[in-house]
Amino acid sequence: MTAYALAQVLWLVPLLVIFVLIVVGGVLVVVWVGLVLLVAAIPALRWFADQQRSIASRVLGVEIPRPYRPLPAGGPLVRLRAVASDPMTWRDLLWLLWAVSFGWVLSLLVIVLLVTVVTGFIWWYGVGPILWIRSVVDRALLSYGTTEALEQRVQVLTRTRADAVDHSAAELRRLERDLHDGTQARLVSLSMSLGMAETLFETDPEAAARMVGEARSTTTAAIGELRSVVRGIHPPVLADRGLDGGVRALALDMAVPVEVSGSIPGRPPAPVESAVYFAIAECLANAAKHAEPQHAWIVLEHRDGLLRAVVGDDGRGGADPRQGTGMRGVMRRLAAFDGTMSVSSPADGPTIVTLEVPCDLSSPKTTPFSEPG
Amino acid sequence: MRLVLAEDNALLRAGLTQVLESAGFVVAVAVDNAVELDQALKDPSLEGAVLDVRMPPTFTDEGLRAAIAVRADRPGFPVLVLSQYVEQLYARELLASGEGSVGYLLKDRVADVRDFLDAVRRVLAGGTVLDAEVVAAIMARSQDEPLERLTPREREVLGRMAEGRSNTSIATALHVTEKAVAKHINNIFTKLDLPVDMEANRRVRAVLTWLRA
Repeated sequence: MTAYALAQVLWLVPLLVIFVLIVVGGVLVVVWVGLVLLVAAIPALRWFADQQRSIASRVLGVEIPRPYRPLPAGGPLVRLRAVASDPMTWRDLLWLLWAVSFGWVLSLLVIVLLVTVVTGFIWWYGVGPILWIRSVVDRALLSYGTTEALEQRVQVLTRTRADAVDHSAAELRRLERDLHDGTQARLVSLSMSLGMAETLFETDPEAAARMVGEARSTTTAAIGELRSVVRGIHPPVLADRGLDGGVRALALDMAVPVEVSGSIPGRPPAPVESAVYFAIAECLANAAKHAEPQHAWIVLEHRDGLLRAVVGDDGRGGADPRQGTGMRGVMRRLAAFDGTMSVSSPADGPTIVTLEVPCDLSSPKTTPFSEPG
Repeated sequence: MRLVLAEDNALLRAGLTQVLESAGFVVAVAVDNAVELDQALKDPSLEGAVLDVRMPPTFTDEGLRAAIAVRADRPGFPVLVLSQYVEQLYARELLASGEGSVGYLLKDRVADVRDFLDAVRRVLAGGTVLDAEVVAAIMARSQDEPLERLTPREREVLGRMAEGRSNTSIATALHVTEKAVAKHINNIFTKLDLPVDMEANRRVRAVLTWLRA
């Protein structure tokens, strides 16, 4: 704690330099010298602000995200304009004023209390509260304001909503195709076979019997296709057994051995369950298709309101999630629930995909039967 | 043979009853939900059950659960489970107790009445009948010990055994003589270290070993 305060006290000098650079640079911005000053000073300011964020987040025990807007590609002028239009830049400046004035005094107070030996006991009890006050103000200045946070949230929601709508439209098109080309076509041929049999019954009973036999095998094929369409919409085993059972059934159907560990102590909301299930299925399919693994594994867990699924394989590695349309689809589908996917896949493997979705669980799960064997 | 039949679709229930009774079985009770099924299964005079997996009240897997529960009470009680779709996971759960007298078939297999009745008879006689789709899925998996020791041909024969086929039927399907099939089966028993026992028991055990690997 005291070390933080000491660092904050010592930062006075560089922060004052940055402050002067920015003020002078701002004034001289019409001449090119001002631009150079700003280009040097702003990254430095951001660096100190980041240090302060990490100190404050450790003191307060909460995460403080780095809130800057991404910089556009382009020359220094383009970047500088982006920086100037980022509200966070102005909040940083405000923080700078605080950090070299009252904030600095607070940090100095901690050091003074320690150094002046007689006030040592005040230091012992005071260091926590003083730094807490400093960190609260730092956090307030260095995080998004409510408006900015909401603005950013709206941006994310707009994007993920568009993706979700696109995704479900694409799914509907796929279903329409599957039903039209598969099941519907089979039913048409079935109806034809039966119609022909009907006319042939009188004249050629043998041929009619053959037609009926054909009709039956067409029916079987149609049922099979319908079954696979249903599986693609919502696998029945997922409905029966939830994510645990669904994933275990999925693992059994893979050609390579897949070990499933962990469990989910309840049911996530149905759309989340289904998105995570299909995400895992996509990961396993990718592994089988590209990585030639000997072995794969899945770990499921739900902790602190976060559903996590890790899918790993000991295959070739070198997977790039941005390359495959399947993986991009998975990312977009998870994003609709504020979920994320991260991939670690060095050359030579192993590939480890981590899927995380914040969600609550409902009702205790239906008891699965113990694993055989 | 007095059977209990559980199927929530009225048309299918009537159809199944008709098919079973035409072959000389007695459908003593026909129910359409899991609660009545649990009641009916308490009757000790019943000799077997034909169950649908998905039934009221929750429309999930109550038929399967009922099958496992009744076999825990009455080990080896013959059960044929029918389903709109088949899962390896469910097949393993059904056979986890290590006894035969289990069938697990897709519902559309009922259309082939002769094969279906054959399956019912095999289950009642203590055999195992797994759907061809389950068998194909297991075949697609890379196999570890002790199944590695089997030749591809022997694995094929084992798959057909799991489907509940007789030696004659396996011979016809693989275009070999019945004698050749018998030889393959003997090799399978030896390679899987199955103790000398009645032929039927060894068949069931071979299938169990295969399913668990």
